[in-house]
Amino acid sequence: MVEETPWQQALRYANRANPYPFYEELRRTPVARQPDGTYVVSTYQEIVTLLHDPRVSSDIRKLPVPVAAPAEGSAEAEPITEAVISLEPNIITQDPPEHDRDRRMMMPHFVGPPHSPHLISDLEPDIRRIVDGLLDHMQGKTRIDAVDEFAYPLPVTVICKVLGVPPDDEPRFHSWIETALDALDFGPEAASEEMQNRLAGGRRAVEEFEQFAAELLDRYAQQPGPGMLSAMVNEDGPEGGMSKGVLVSNALLLIFAGHETTVNLIAHSVLTLLRHPDALEKLRHRPELIVPGVEELLRFESSVQFWHTRSAMEDIHIAGTTIPKGAPIFLAYGSANRDPKRFADPDELDLERRDNQHLGFSQGIHFCFGAPLARLEVQVAVGEFVRRMQNPRLVEDPPPYRHNQIFRGPRHVLVDIDGIRD
Amino acid sequence: MRVAVDLNRCQGYAQCVYLAHEVFRLTGQEALTYEPNPDDERRLQVERAAAACPVQAIVIDRLDGVEGSATS
Amino acid sequence: MTVPATVAELVREFRANGRIVIVGASLAGLRAAEALREEGFTGSLTIIGDEPHEPYDRPPLSKQVLKGWVAADHTKLPRLREVDAQWRLGVAATGLDRAARQVRTADGEQIPYDRLLIATGTRARQWPNPDEAALDGVCTLRSRDDAAQLQKALAAPPSRVLVIGAGFIGSEVASVCRELDLPVTVVERGSAPLVGALGGVIGEIAAEMQRDHGVDLRCGLGVSSLEGDAGGHVRRAHLSDGTIVDADVVVASLGSIRNVEWLEGAGLASGFWGVGCDAGGRAFDINGVVTDSIWVAGDVARAPHVLYEYQFLAMEHWDNAVLGAEAAAHNMVNLEPHYHPHLLLPGFWSGQFGVNIKSVGVPPFGDEIVFTQGSVKERHFAAAYGRRGRIVAAVTFDHGKWLEYYGKLIEQSGPFPPPPPGWDQPGDMKPIPAEFPQPGVPTAIPDVVLTGHDPSERRAEFRSRRR
Ligand SMILES: Cc1cc2nc3c(=O)[nH]c(=O)nc-3n(C[C@H](O)[C@H](O)[C@H](O)COP(=O)(O)OP(=O)(O)OC[C@H]3O[C@@H](n4cnc5c(N)ncnc54)[C@H](O)[C@@H]3O)c2cc1C
Ligand code: HEM
Ligand code: SF4
Repeated sequence: MVEETPWQQALRYANRANPYPFYEELRRTPVARQPDGTYVVSTYQEIVTLLHDPRVSSDIRKLPVPVAAPAEGSAEAEPITEAVISLEPNIITQDPPEHDRDRRMMMPHFVGPPHSPHLISDLEPDIRRIVDGLLDHMQGKTRIDAVDEFAYPLPVTVICKVLGVPPDDEPRFHSWIETALDALDFGPEAASEEMQNRLAGGRRAVEEFEQFAAELLDRYAQQPGPGMLSAMVNEDGPEGGMSKGVLVSNALLLIFAGHETTVNLIAHSVLTLLRHPDALEKLRHRPELIVPGVEELLRFESSVQFWHTRSAMEDIHIAGTTIPKGAPIFLAYGSANRDPKRFADPDELDLERRDNQHLGFSQGIHFCFGAPLARLEVQVAVGEFVRRMQNPRLVEDPPPYRHNQIFRGPRHVLVDIDGIRD
Repeated sequence: MRVAVDLNRCQGYAQCVYLAHEVFRLTGQEALTYEPNPDDERRLQVERAAAACPVQAIVIDRLDGVEGSATS
Repeated sequence: MTVPATVAELVREFRANGRIVIVGASLAGLRAAEALREEGFTGSLTIIGDEPHEPYDRPPLSKQVLKGWVAADHTKLPRLREVDAQWRLGVAATGLDRAARQVRTADGEQIPYDRLLIATGTRARQWPNPDEAALDGVCTLRSRDDAAQLQKALAAPPSRVLVIGAGFIGSEVASVCRELDLPVTVVERGSAPLVGALGGVIGEIAAEMQRDHGVDLRCGLGVSSLEGDAGGHVRRAHLSDGTIVDADVVVASLGSIRNVEWLEGAGLASGFWGVGCDAGGRAFDINGVVTDSIWVAGDVARAPHVLYEYQFLAMEHWDNAVLGAEAAAHNMVNLEPHYHPHLLLPGFWSGQFGVNIKSVGVPPFGDEIVFTQGSVKERHFAAAYGRRGRIVAAVTFDHGKWLEYYGKLIEQSGPFPPPPPGWDQPGDMKPIPAEFPQPGVPTAIPDVVLTGHDPSERRAEFRSRRR
């Protein structure tokens, strides 16, 4: 068998808990061609350069080849990305000018009007109430799961409120999202029979999810309601509105991106702080460090390890390599955020790190749309967790991980506690 | 308190605006203006904004509270 | 002791007990002072500034301050660290004695230095007729006091504002006037606003932008005279085409003059062009020989730039003041080979009419321009400037996220026209002439002449040609 590249090894499920040694090897070739023709970019400077290069497209429909990894044996892996990210474009898979226009149209519904973008900051009391409720609920327990009981419920409750998705529907879309995410694999395991089976399920889940979003938007078209989705359907700005298909696709993106990533960041924050008792102690004594601290956690355990929809529209010379026209480009944010050329002692957790210009939310025109909301949620959640947990101890290290490689995060984080402060 | 934005670095991500809209404002889509000497009550907001800036363009006074030290 | 050891000892001694004087207490002066302390300089530090205020930031003056959102005295610059200096504010430096190593001040003191940093920046060029310039309502905009005065005048409100000169500051003033819903006339001698900085092609777009926002823009014209009422308040302006504009606020934004007068007779390479220095900030003397004890930073500095055929460039922009000051400060307390060059790729921004205009490189160095991304119609685009097949600058209108790409191309001396983007291409991607005006002939040029015959005696000398 041919030896696997560092990237392929990093993608193996067995290495999900700690891909960093493979990233380190990977960074020796900042732009590394993979056997399937994908170019993986793993160093900070090169990623920033490509994020600002107008010859790079994010439009998945311009990708000439399937982005899924090729089969390990004979069976060709199917192009799965399309199944997971719906066929109609949404802003994350669009290029300018459509990207800029659609993002411009969505933004005010999310943050508020340009002259007073207050919607996100207005959510702070709600977020605090939800976090308090979740922690209160754990009173009397000696062992908790920081994922199921804490990291998951907060973002999903918040995003439902922001978007106007009925909370009762949560179990349904939760299972679609999980199914779809578990089906996505870019590594050598993609061709396994199990993954191929999951793929079919993933497809179905996305279709049902899409159907669900379409119906929800239809309902809002007839009867406007609270939240961003209704506003997107009913309130056209000066530039008009979006087509139904694009609306559905963006709704899907928001529901999905709006919580999966945040869940993983909260879970990873708890895990990381419990692994670094000094940092935990520091944060307990200086709660204001939660603001730079969350930036460090975004760097340290990036919720979006890489992004996979880009491709070169021209030959691009970079770091001694030419990415040929048409080649898919993966930007490995999780690796760039540990690049020693950019961050001093990158594998150290430093809640007060200066000059922490991490790529956890990317950069350039696709910079995370939901960043202000995500930051607020995680600051409140992790801040309160640290303040209120008495003597928290990690039960299992490393904890079990989710299958997905992009949205990397622990499936459970079991924590033993002595109690919960008020 | 005192703030300056290096507007050569700033790329108009507006993260600061969403976090502290009394201090940072956009005119149009991308042109950022701000209150360089906001009230001290805004400190937490401004610090959140500075931490959130994707290109770390926001400079906050490091001597605050040591009033008059610049001219003593 | 060996020579290197002696030198190292001298540097240590200087860092510990040397005397540094900074003239100019604004952006460059403050950042240099901070950088000196950061570098470990513990000797005495004196900062002389003729304005009575502690260092403040100027870009907000023509934007949020004029709009009335931010008070003029709310512009104090954030400090990056303690500087522990003697601040001589409200006192101008009036002379420099290089032989005695002393700076003379307006209050008659002689302040000794071992090393000197010149950071006196520029001032606004006044309306040339002094009687007319003295009329109430005739303003310029450079200082915080100017801004406070003009803001008050705009809040009155006036019946019409006349802006003379449509460079960046003039255009920003006009923009604020429109935001305040004030009628405004802009008179520009060139063919369009911003032509000097960005050329005629972009100037034309800026002109449309102004007109769309209701500015009464008149290009290719000058103002011949200003006229006041009996109370000495300006009331109207006579234009060179014979027309009259009634206005009770007149903003003369005629460009800047470098603050070098106090250096007269000091034998430095100083004049209307600023103070000549090397790329590390070391001042040249009048013969073009580099000095050992005098440094220059900020708007007043003019240094050769490697990317622009080593031509001497003055970069009157914010980041040039910050980074130039840091480089000069570092070099003031270090020796070769530890000097840092100040190799900034020039850049600036300007917010006007709701559009963020940004640029990298030196646009007037180019002779051609090509639109590379976006839509001119929507004023949402990027364009590149080229000269002899290489890219030398770029400008963006509300497209700032892409500027970095062009900056890298310029640094690498990339091709012009640059490779096309993969999407959002503007309709026409043919390079066209950028239409920069011929460099104007500056007024009051002091001629530099050579004296002496023997090569070892030859010296340069100024022969000031004052009007
Ligand atoms: C209204 C306005 C808007 C601007 N907007 C932008 C913008 O949008 N983008 C951008 O990039 N740049 C902008 N600039 C330019 C930017 O502010 C300057 O590049 C910067 O201020 C230069 O700093 P400096 O310290 O070199 O010079 P200055 O700020 O000019 O400071 C020089 C100081 O030295 C003092 N001085 C002069 N002579 C003497 C003397 N003999 N003795 C003692 N003190 C003396 C002066 O009074 C002054 O305080 C703007 C400038 C103005 C005025
Ligand atoms: C910790 C939490 C989060 C992280 C780490 C994160 C990370 C990212 C990253 C890296 C990208 C860029 C992808 C690319 O390379 O193109 C992105 C884009 C995006 N994110 Fe997030 N995200 C988070 C939370 C959220 C939330 C809460 C929302 C919605 C409310 C959201 C919505 C989006 C959208 C819509 C985009 C596409 C933006 C565009 O293409 O213009 N994200 N996010
Ligand atoms: S967050 Fe940073 S880049 Fe974005 S507008 Fe504010 S200062 Fe500029």
